[in-house]
Amino acid sequence: MIEIKNLTKIYTTPTQKILALDNVNLSVNKGEIFGIIGLSGAGKSTLIRCINMLEKPTKGSILIDGQDITLLDKNELRLARQKIGMIFQHFNLLSSRTVLDNVMFPLEIAKVPHSQAKKRAAELLELVGLSDKAKAYPSQLSGGQKQRVGIARALANEPKILLSDEATSALDPETTRSILKLMKDINKQMNITILLITHDMNVIKQICDRVAVIDNSRIVEVGDVLTVFSNPGTPTSRSFLNAIIKSEVPEDLLHLAKNNSNNSKLIRVSFIGASAGEPIISNMIKNFAIKANILYGNIDRVKDTPFGNLVMEIIGEPQAITAALDFLKDNGLEIEVLKHV
Amino acid sequence: MFDILNEIDLNIFLTVFSGEYGIVAEKVIKATWETIYMIIISTGLSYVVGLPLGIILVITENGHIAENTSVNRILAFLVNTVRSIPFIIFLILIIPLTRLIVGTSIGTVASIVPLTLAAIPFVARLVETSLKEIEWGLIEAALSMGATNWQIITKVLIPEALPSITLGIAITTINLVGYSAMAGIVGGGGLGTLAYYYGYQRYDNLILWTTVIVLIFMVQGIQSLGDKATAKLNEKRR
Repeated sequence: MIEIKNLTKIYTTPTQKILALDNVNLSVNKGEIFGIIGLSGAGKSTLIRCINMLEKPTKGSILIDGQDITLLDKNELRLARQKIGMIFQHFNLLSSRTVLDNVMFPLEIAKVPHSQAKKRAAELLELVGLSDKAKAYPSQLSGGQKQRVGIARALANEPKILLSDEATSALDPETTRSILKLMKDINKQMNITILLITHDMNVIKQICDRVAVIDNSRIVEVGDVLTVFSNPGTPTSRSFLNAIIKSEVPEDLLHLAKNNSNNSKLIRVSFIGASAGEPIISNMIKNFAIKANILYGNIDRVKDTPFGNLVMEIIGEPQAITAALDFLKDNGLEIEVLKHV
Repeated sequence: MFDILNEIDLNIFLTVFSGEYGIVAEKVIKATWETIYMIIISTGLSYVVGLPLGIILVITENGHIAENTSVNRILAFLVNTVRSIPFIIFLILIIPLTRLIVGTSIGTVASIVPLTLAAIPFVARLVETSLKEIEWGLIEAALSMGATNWQIITKVLIPEALPSITLGIAITTINLVGYSAMAGIVGGGGLGTLAYYYGYQRYDNLILWTTVIVLIFMVQGIQSLGDKATAKLNEKRR
């Protein structure tokens, strides 16, 4: 659906050249929700803006359904843009227009006849649950309502792709959840491909099928969300992961690792999927001559798969500890003996 | 100074109720209408040219929708040049042009030429400032929908900046009230001419001060009209 090849973007200022995107390759499948996560300044914003050419790439190509959008002339680009909806962090609604007129705006641009445009806009407001606000002005809406209008507007021309530029970053957690749910519903109902950028791992966790981690202008990791989450391959991915599952062990617990000896070990157990539902820890305690003291833990779900980690102290004879850890590994858990730093 | 003050108190308010009132009133009313006529026409004409120029100043800037550095620089230079000439001098400088257009350099119609020409760059800068208040995100949103530059100008820039543009119109009109009085000194007609010939050259304080009072009311009226229109436009937006 979207095929990004060797995409490079360099900003040239009179004094220096800034590399914003460094040879990015990505492909987004039709109908999926694809998330790009990165810290601010990592290049994610530039990347999503390249997809509808709000930023002109320095090098590389972007194929949308096989058509290289970087090669289009002005008019072709305008037509292509009409089929790529976009929503923004700060909504970007026109203050001079009512909610209904805002949703009609892209239809006016596409020269859809007025009566038809009005009908379509009313349907979209119904879809996002704001029919009663049709005559209101954006200033009279809450942030969540504004983003719903933004979504309705982005969908007006029946786009194939929806680009989301930090669409929930200005919203509180609860509103964020409801907006994400709306995006997911739309994705299912219309089979629209959604490409979103965010710095919030919770957004990825809640709705994305696949995720790319961008760091320092490069894509450092791509994969389905569960794989990247359960087994982060880069420090950047790990730090995002920590933000949501809090697998970072609290400082005071790490002090306990000082006491690591042959008879006591501080370990972190990570688990994903089915094993999260099994009484493995309980079985370990039963089967081996050890004591386990659970100090810290977190269980979360990515889509429908539970995953999480536990920090515990295992006390017993050295052989018993080794055997118990092997038992955990055999049951598909990942074990890390924590060290005091 | 104090003499004059004493004289208005007595002279104006005594004469107002005497027979002289009729003649003064007639002169002042006629001159007021001339001034209003000059101001309305020249404000209108200056926006016909200044509004597009202001828009061009904005959209040809670096990174804007019709980026064009040379057009932008030339235009900015012209605008600054005209604005740097004091109006009273500009008025004299362009007398040949005024003659060419109107056939004379004296009178109300002739005044419209320098008034308009002087107001155009002022209007262009005011419009430019108004348009720059619009968040870039709105323009970007329109671009992302595939809007043409014309659509961005007519559906985003102007409607979004309308309250601010309206205030600009009031400011321009008030400026032109002042300019028109200056034009009056070189025979431009209106309240300026009246005040100059009767007030300054003939020491007629009654006419001088009546003119001032009319001008004060005129400016207050224009400003409050502009404020009201802007408030009306902003009512639901903010």
